[in-house]
Formats: sequence, structure tokens, C-alpha cells
Amino acid sequence: MAKKLIAVGAAAVAATLMLAGCQSGGTQPDDGTPSGEITVLTQRTDLVDNVFQDYKKEFEAKYPDVTVNFEAITDYEGEIAIRLNTDDYGDVLLIPNSVSKDQLANYFEPLGTTDELKEKYLFVDEQAYDGTGYGVAITGNAQGYVYNKKVWAAAGITDAPTTPEEFIADLQSIKDQTDAIPLYTNYKDGWPLSQWTGDRGFGPEGGNYANHTTEIDAPWTPGEDYYEIDSILYDAVAGGLTEDDPATTNWENSKTLIGSGQVATMVLGSWAITQMRDAAVAAGGSADDIGYWPFPVQTDGVFHSAVGGDYKNAINVHSQHKAAAQAWIDWFANESGYAASQGGISPVVGGELPDTLADFDALGVKFVETVPAPAGDEALEAAIYNGAEIDIWGNLYRQKLIDIARGAADGDKESYFAELNAKWEAARTAAQG
Amino acid sequence: MVSVTDTTKLVPAIAGKRTRKGGPPGRRRTGRITPWLFLLVPLALLGVFTYLPAANMFMYSFTSWNGFEATPKQFVGLDNYASIFTRDDILPVFVVSLYYIAASFIQMALALYFATLLSFSTWFQNLFKGILFFPALINGVAIGFVFLYLFQPGGTLDSALGAVGLGDLTRHWLGDPDVVNYSLAATSVWRYTGLNFVLFLGAIQSIPKETYEAAEIDGANRWHQFRYIIAPSIKRIISLSFILAISGSLAVFEIPYIMTQGANGSMTFVIKTVTLGLGTFHKVGLASAMAVVLLLLVLLITWVQRRLVPDDKVDLS
Repeated sequence: MAKKLIAVGAAAVAATLMLAGCQSGGTQPDDGTPSGEITVLTQRTDLVDNVFQDYKKEFEAKYPDVTVNFEAITDYEGEIAIRLNTDDYGDVLLIPNSVSKDQLANYFEPLGTTDELKEKYLFVDEQAYDGTGYGVAITGNAQGYVYNKKVWAAAGITDAPTTPEEFIADLQSIKDQTDAIPLYTNYKDGWPLSQWTGDRGFGPEGGNYANHTTEIDAPWTPGEDYYEIDSILYDAVAGGLTEDDPATTNWENSKTLIGSGQVATMVLGSWAITQMRDAAVAAGGSADDIGYWPFPVQTDGVFHSAVGGDYKNAINVHSQHKAAAQAWIDWFANESGYAASQGGISPVVGGELPDTLADFDALGVKFVETVPAPAGDEALEAAIYNGAEIDIWGNLYRQKLIDIARGAADGDKESYFAELNAKWEAARTAAQG
Repeated sequence: MVSVTDTTKLVPAIAGKRTRKGGPPGRRRTGRITPWLFLLVPLALLGVFTYLPAANMFMYSFTSWNGFEATPKQFVGLDNYASIFTRDDILPVFVVSLYYIAASFIQMALALYFATLLSFSTWFQNLFKGILFFPALINGVAIGFVFLYLFQPGGTLDSALGAVGLGDLTRHWLGDPDVVNYSLAATSVWRYTGLNFVLFLGAIQSIPKETYEAAEIDGANRWHQFRYIIAPSIKRIISLSFILAISGSLAVFEIPYIMTQGANGSMTFVIKTVTLGLGTFHKVGLASAMAVVLLLLVLLITWVQRRLVPDDKVDLS
């Protein structure tokens, strides 16, 4: 009941602010030609002083009236969540994951209807509410796992495993026949564990999986994507196929480990391929050592890979230079070449597949784009997983899963999945008022 | 905080006394206002940055707010407090604090031992003082990372053990759930001993030298000097350190958060508060209630401690 009131209240506030947003759009100082000084927030602290400076030059050459400034933020999610409560969060920024869809209109300028935007861009629905789009993806990712070809070949495996059992058996033969760690969890840094969630969508529900979970009480039962994903992780850890001491893993070091063949496999989005290739070269190998395969589950005899947008560029609703901000967003998606340089899928409709996903062509992988939540239920999934305190996009619940699997915490797979199901059911009941 | 409240009480009292002594009526008026004018800025800062946020937090603790300005704050009464005491994953994390409380006794004993030793003249006295105090100067995040490398399998600690023939003792210092809290508490001891040491040393050095001389003439050995001169003289600072150490153990955050993020059974109350609040689940209402509970708990423990160890005046003469 209380939750329902909040939802109604939030929707009301969102609606009023959206109207207010429309009004201020009419009285905007600039007449639609991009001009003025804009501040662009970015999470790429590593690129802001080099690559982004080139972008600035090219963009300002095309739009001489605009000056672009960058502000790179290390703890992007944490800092932006707080700054959103002020008016001062740049002109162009990446929509943080913490903003739920019904709140988008409070913070970001509408970029157009989703139908209009979809003619030009992919992944529009991921940051849209009520038929209005608020963000354009900076790049797109496919899902699967990064593997070291040399190590897998040394264990005699050259074909992508098609079932979870085959995947676990392959990891076992890597353990038996090589010195490499078959699968690296990155438990300590935590966030790489959330990458497993991104793989959902390979099952019969396809891109609708997230919405599907809001309609069922037990997503951790056989046949469900969450069950398959977490079972693979559990079985790999329980079978001793992961690193010895998960508590001291190190993300930066893990790149070197897979690059040099001390680790065979890591489950990460396709964005990681370029980083792992760089690490392979730095470790004295070749970029071709690193390959990328789809998640080891086939539906109707075909591999599926969830594709999704990375962060989306959006315009601050309080910006004084919205035309310039809009120009930056379009230029960034169409002309900057950012997606290609990151080995990502271009956010523009009709863009080419990057060479990092060459294996996918040969395997005939089918891409699955996330189906948006039905109108009115946009915030439901988050309400359930937050209510259940199952951080599907965090580290806590999978760290516990790993602890149980390696015998460091009480319980077994069945008891833990039952616990997750019970929490999910309770939160789902509560969220639906 | 205590000293500020004291001053506010004190200053009007002094001011009142002075104005009563005479002077024309006009001056008396300004005389009464002047101290308040001086206090205006610090009091405003104190109010805006300490009491107002605390009051807000208290208010949030009765709502189910999710931390976003645009979301209305729904009043839920005592629900948050009820769930703190009924959920099976919130109060039990205080068990982890017991490791840190036990560690703080070791920390105190070490600090007291070294402070006493180095208050007498020894070789390389200042060098040792520097070495002991040094960890207190390092940023806690840096310490977390340094110890992370120390505790890695095949890391510094394992190599050191191997070098002295104790290689059999190596284990997963952070990965083994039976060991992780000892490792983290030991890191905490390393970090805070220096601070206690300096406090104790300062107090010990304020004891007049003549007292020791008199004691020596009376035939007191070093242990007697510690037991009957040093310990009673620094009783107040010891009891203060204990209050700080125990409230610190309940609110331990930095070191386990950097090193394990509370995983593997090292979850503490404050890490739990952070993950439930802004960090992961956006339950700001519940997290605020947890912060209030922690505050009350610390106040309660301080009160009990003061009851058990009354703060009587120290008189050496």
C-alpha cells in the first residue's frame, strides 16, 4: 500500500516536472542553433585528457560557436547520485544507473519520442519512459565471456561449448591439462560479478526476461535464466575451477593474467575485449590470443547474446545550452568513432559489427535486444530487487553464492536458491501493493 | 562537541557578570550582545553542518525514502526500527565488532607498554617513537591496499613466514572465513596503536620527574613505578581511550570496507548501513534508522562505562 502511494506520488511529480520542462523549452534563450559553453561529464578519466581532447577539436571545428569542457569523474555513480539533487550536473551527462525510469523526466531533457529516436539509434528503450526517450548510448555491448584461445586450445577445445555441462567439463579439462585457472571470478572487486546478470536473455523469454521475472515468484528454478547463470558460477566454484583465494582477486591484475594465459576465462561484457587484448599484447602475446564466445546455453539450437547500450548521453534539464548539448550527443554517436574505438556495437542504426565480435558471425549468434517494461511497470523490476535486497547489478548476493560454493558459508545451492526465491516472492508481493 | 556546548553556557554567564558591574545603559546592551555576535558564525556552522543533518537523518528514519529528492518521503512510523530488530541479518553483524573490541584491548596494552618504556630514556628513543606513531599518519585507504597485498596468497606475509620456516602456517588470510576477521582486526591494531601510544606518552610525560626520584629513594622498582605512579596518573586518558576504542569497534568501517567490502563474513554494522542506504538498495529510511540505533548504542555503552569507572579526580600528592 505504502509503496503504491509512493509510485503514484512519484508519477505525479514526474508528470508536473515534465510539463515544466516543456514550458522552459519554449522560453529557452538560444534559438535552436548550437552555441555557448557546455560541460560534458564523463566516466572515462583515462581518456579525458587525450582522446576526448581530439573530439573537442573536431566538434568545435564543426560548431564554431560552441565551447566544450569536460569533467571526468572517478566514482561516477556515487558522485552523480548526490549531485542530481542540485541543478549543477553539467550540460551533457551519462544517465546513472541509480535513476529509475519514472524519474528520468525530473533530471533529463526529453530527446524525442521513442519512435522518432528508434529510426536513428539503437537501445533507445533502455532510458525511455512513457514513449519519450532521454538518452543516446555512447556504445553498445554484446554479452558472453572472454577466453584465452591458446589456453583453451592447449586443453583441446576449439568449439564453443553449447551447454552449461559442456562448459563446466571444458573448464575441468583446462584445469587437468594446463596450469591456468579455468575461470576467474574477480570476487574481491565485486562489480565484475554483476556482469553475469547481463547475460540473461538467452532463454526462451529472450529480451523480455527482465519483465518476465516481475511476473514469477521463483526466478531461481531450473529453466530460468537466473538459475542457469548462477548454477554455472556455483558449479564452477564448487568444482574448484576458479581462483584459489577469491578474497584477494584484483581486477587490474586479472587483465594481465588472462592476457598471459594464467587465467583461461572471465565472464564479462564485450566491452572488455579491447582491454584484454591490450593486456595480451603487453604480456608479450598477441591480440588474437583473446577471443569472445556467447554464453554456453542454446535455445532452439542457436546461441543468443543480449546486446545492450552502455551509458547513455543525456541533457541536464536545467541546461542553458540545450541545442549545443543536443549537437554534442548526436555528434558523439554518429561521428566521434567512440564505439568503434572501444570495440563496441555502434549505437547508430545500421552501424557495423566490430571486429572484436568476429567469432559471433561464425557461430551464428542471434542478438537479443532488451524489451522495455510495459507502461506503468517501468520501475517494478528495480522495486522488486531492491525490496528483496538481491543486488542483481551488484556484488553482494553472488559473493555469498561463491562463499557457499567454496564452503566458506553455510548452505548449499538448493538452500541458497530457495532463500533467493523466498525473498523475491516477498518483495514482489510487496511491490505490487 | 562537548567543549562547544560548555562555552556557550559559559560565555553569557561571564558577560552577565561584567555588565552588572556598571557602565552606562547603552553600553550594557551592546555588551550583552557582543559575545553572541562572535559566536554567530561558529554556532551557525555547527547548526547547519552538524545538528541540522542529524535532525534530518532522525526524520528520515521514520520514512521509507529512497534518497532521491523527487521521491516523496512516505511516513512509516517505527517500521524501520522494527525491521532492524526483527531482521536476521542486521543485529548479528555486531558479532564481528567483538573481534575489534578484543583487538582494542591488545592495542591498548601494546600502546601502554611502549608508552611507558619510551617515557624513560632508552637508546634511539625518538626513532622508536616515530616508528610507532607512523601508521597513524597514513591514510586508512592506503593501509587497506597495503595490507591487501600483505595478505595475498604468496604475498608478503606468506613469504615472511616461509623465510623463517613457518610456511605451514600460511593460509588464505582474507579468504578463509575463520581467519578473515582476525586479519582485519590485526590491521586495525597496527593502524591505531600509534595514536593511543601518543596520547599515553603525552600523559605520562606530564608526571613530574621528582615523583619518580622520590619513589626510587623509597626503593620502588620500575613495575612499582608503573603500578602506583603512572597508571593512576593517566587513568582518565586510559578510560577515555577505552570509550573511543569501543565505540570505534562498533562503528568500524574503513579497513574492512576497503579490504573485503564486508564479504566473506566480515560485514560490519556501518558497511551494512552503507549498502542498505545510498550504496546499493536505496533504503535511506532504514539506513538512517540504523545510524540512529548506532548512536544510541554508543551513548548507552559510554554511560555504562562511566558508571563502572567513575571519573574521580586524580591526586598524586
